[in-house]
Amino acid sequence: MAEKTGIIYGINGPVVYIKGKTSFRMGEMVYVSEERLVGEIIGLTDEQTTIQVYEETSGLKPGDKVYGTDSAIFVTLAPGIVNNIFDGIERPLSEIAKQSGFYISRGISVDSLDTKKLWDVHMITAPGSPVGGGSRIAEVQETSAVLHKVMVPPDLEGTIVSVVPDGKYTIEDTIAVLQTPDGKKINLTMTQRWPIRVPRPTSRRFAATRPLITGQRILDTLFPIAKGGTAAVPGGFGTGKTMTQHQIAKWSDADIIVYIGCGERGNEMTQVLEEFSELVDPRTGNPLMDRTILIANTSNMPVAAREASIYTGITLAEYYRDMGYHVAIMADSTSRWAEALRELSGRLEEMPAEEGFPAYLASKLSAFYERAGYMQNLNGTEGSVSIIGAVSPQGGDFSEPVTQNTKRFVRCFWGLDKNLAYARHFPAIHWLTSYSEYLADLADWYNNNVGPDFISCRNRILAILNQESSLNEIVKLIGSDVLPDDQKLTLEIARVIRLGFLQQNAFHKDDTCVPMEKQLKMMQTILYLHERASALIAMGMPMSILKESDIFDRIIAIKYDVPNDQPELFGQYMRDIDKFYNEVLAKN
Amino acid sequence: MAIEYLGLSKINGPLIVLEGIQDAFYDEIAELSIEGGKEKKIGRIIEMYEGRAVIQVFEGTENMSLSNTHTKLTGRPMEIPLSEEILGRTFNGIGQPIDGLGPIVSDIRRDVNGKPLNPVEREYPRNYIRTGISAIDGLTTLIRGQKLPIFSGNGLPHDTLAAQIVKQASLGDDTDEKFAIVFGAMGVKYDVAEYFRKTFEESGVSDHVAMFLNLANDPVVERLITPKVALTAAEYLAFECGMHILVILTDMTSFAEAMREVSSSKGEIPSRKGFPGYLYSELATIYERAGIVKGSSGSVTQIPILTMPNDDITHPIPDLTGYITEGQIVLDREMHGQSLYPPINVLPSLSRLMKDGIGAGFTREDHQDVANQLFSSYAKVGDARALASVIGEDELSPTDKKYLAFGKAFEEQFVGQGPFENRDIITTLDLGWKLLHMLPKEELDRIDTRILEKYYDSVTLDD
Repeated sequence: MAEKTGIIYGINGPVVYIKGKTSFRMGEMVYVSEERLVGEIIGLTDEQTTIQVYEETSGLKPGDKVYGTDSAIFVTLAPGIVNNIFDGIERPLSEIAKQSGFYISRGISVDSLDTKKLWDVHMITAPGSPVGGGSRIAEVQETSAVLHKVMVPPDLEGTIVSVVPDGKYTIEDTIAVLQTPDGKKINLTMTQRWPIRVPRPTSRRFAATRPLITGQRILDTLFPIAKGGTAAVPGGFGTGKTMTQHQIAKWSDADIIVYIGCGERGNEMTQVLEEFSELVDPRTGNPLMDRTILIANTSNMPVAAREASIYTGITLAEYYRDMGYHVAIMADSTSRWAEALRELSGRLEEMPAEEGFPAYLASKLSAFYERAGYMQNLNGTEGSVSIIGAVSPQGGDFSEPVTQNTKRFVRCFWGLDKNLAYARHFPAIHWLTSYSEYLADLADWYNNNVGPDFISCRNRILAILNQESSLNEIVKLIGSDVLPDDQKLTLEIARVIRLGFLQQNAFHKDDTCVPMEKQLKMMQTILYLHERASALIAMGMPMSILKESDIFDRIIAIKYDVPNDQPELFGQYMRDIDKFYNEVLAKN
Repeated sequence: MAIEYLGLSKINGPLIVLEGIQDAFYDEIAELSIEGGKEKKIGRIIEMYEGRAVIQVFEGTENMSLSNTHTKLTGRPMEIPLSEEILGRTFNGIGQPIDGLGPIVSDIRRDVNGKPLNPVEREYPRNYIRTGISAIDGLTTLIRGQKLPIFSGNGLPHDTLAAQIVKQASLGDDTDEKFAIVFGAMGVKYDVAEYFRKTFEESGVSDHVAMFLNLANDPVVERLITPKVALTAAEYLAFECGMHILVILTDMTSFAEAMREVSSSKGEIPSRKGFPGYLYSELATIYERAGIVKGSSGSVTQIPILTMPNDDITHPIPDLTGYITEGQIVLDREMHGQSLYPPINVLPSLSRLMKDGIGAGFTREDHQDVANQLFSSYAKVGDARALASVIGEDELSPTDKKYLAFGKAFEEQFVGQGPFENRDIITTLDLGWKLLHMLPKEELDRIDTRILEKYYDSVTLDD
């Protein structure tokens, strides 16, 4: 078939038009001009074809050619993805740097993955084996943390007729030959391609019943997210969205992290790259980068590629899920992606809906978040993709379209609060605006794996915080001195919870990531203190006497004073609370 | 090769439309001359259809008619000539010298649009810049390679503050390193530009300053290119000449307003408050041109100044800026009203890169803790004040009264300082401890116990 081409007629920013009828398909990837800038067909009429270009368009002129590729925008899937940093359309940034120095130039042609590198391949299939889409045929140790499972592409099935012996191969070498039911022989390599806008198929979806443990107390205890779940982290600038995402990327118990820096700061990506290379995964002892995939499309990189970066990220995540891994995606930030949609929509002169965003914003958001889930893969393994999307609402106002539409499609909402951030209370996730719908689904897991009283402790903690908030309304009007002693105690215990439990120091070696066991013990200790102190108050002891003891401040300091691996120290605190109780009794 | 086109088919505000054009490309620069006129104007192709180009004219379209204009395509995007000679010179908003010292002669020409820095080639900024201003050094530390805007309002002393930063940062301790300032003015008043020029002169740095001036009465469209020209010069000096460059851009609000004006003449669909949908991307291409790259000794640090319309921090311009920049310094009208200088409202102010550039080895080990505690305690001052306004100061609990006193002292002694006062970091931190000493020890819950023991009583309290 002859190569399809078109001639550029008009250019407006990242949008390029071809006049007249063309044979391009919707969503087809094209190369624009002799510089071969990557573009995608986004509109077709019999009068004109509209292309969005993923690179800077200055220098293009009418009359330049557009070349079709007959395939949709795709990503290349093979070993070499993990511990790498890509731009929005899966071009490795370090290769780009080799070609064009410290600036990113246009029209750079690089392979997504290293096609020269020899990988140690261990075949796990034999001639005669029947295989289907997703069947695993070989294993490659991709990084110290990730065993890459080479799979048959989802749309193929048949019988393996020959395999190569174990050894070193590149991702383009044939490692097995498959015969389809109609007799065609197909060479299988380690490489697959998959269009980014199409979810990879699975056999079924499970309900979310296992939590994604993040080591962050306010998340794991108060507002947990399930493996395969979705969460939104909205917050104005400076409230700690990126910090929250970094913490989850570092400490969550996912097997693979896909970190998408979508329209964010260049220095932040550099920071992730530097920090994650140095930090060690506490579970496996490997560098964190060995389980991390970075996608960086910073705010000054072309806007169309920003729109694509989210899809690139989730497709890579789904590929690793198919191998049976639990993958967590950090999308920072989905608002920038929505703004990219708005920008392109404006260039296309589409009718705007709310605040200039296109009317299809909601459907695009829902389609993205629904690609998360805990799945049974085609090959029978189980894996999950969890999505944690940051939202940057304009002016920190949660009523804007992106936050509101995201809220409809996620089940976990971690609302960041400006006033907490101003007081440097981090993580600045507000316990009154946040919620998690997964709590009921995960209750069984917590009962069986953490402790039967975990959920009740969690609920009591949240209840105290809620009481504090209504008491604060009164305090604002008349001051705290006039409150009755039992309410003063509630305020004091709430203070202990806020400082000692909710506040977590990301720069402290123990406090940055806390195991579930310690989280439970901390809650139990605080609640025990509450119980004993309430008993004293009920006996008529004034709060002023209780506060003479330093026990409240010592409980607050538990997060620093009890190392994560010495939970036995909690016994001493329980005894100290008893001692405090007896001493107050004895004194009066 | 250059064909000259005579006549235009449409003029609309700063935009002109030219038909029958051949071989032009997107973003190309065109030279326009008007019959009978002496000067040449410069325009940029911003929309391109077969044979038809929409050109944005930087100097405005006055005197142009549909028949008297000659257009010549230059065959290249907007470029400026660069050499170290640009230091000490003054240019207009599109990089042409206006100081009468003749053109810059150099073979090195750079595209003003710049290119995105590759994140893998960036170096994470860690070196702090001493500004001598307690509120900044202590609480929102400026780091080399950072972009830290000043959010201000009309009538607030942002210019004085920026000038003080320039003066005191340039006179730092490491004088052997090459330091220079690039000053970009977009739509500022003549007096403001003059104030900066005088300040640079008085502090003896004017040999190290390149000024790009687009004043309030200069063409609006020119403003769109001014920050890019200034940053192109800054990048050249930093990454190719190895200098530490401090870029002052004022006023980003005029830049954004100019964008809205052009967008509306183009008939584009507006998004928020009439600003075009690409406001974020456009601002990002400016702010992201700060940083440090591997293998170069230079750096670009940006201090953009923007005036918040009606002091509204949620207005699209400060809002989008805050999402791109690495923190912000927010000036406060109420504090200014109390004659406090600099009127920095520390609570919404923030430096994102601070945590990695301070502490032992950079400033002092207690820096982060002191800063956290000051923020946290000062946030409580607000609660105490709100309560005092309801029940009266006399009715407050003793602790709340201490907070009121602390708040007042913090604003007057820590934040407040003279426009010529240059405090070193140790003075700033000790001052912080002195103020924290006004509060009961058990209220200081953000400080590591060991650091608290070491410093709480060590400060001298006699003065």
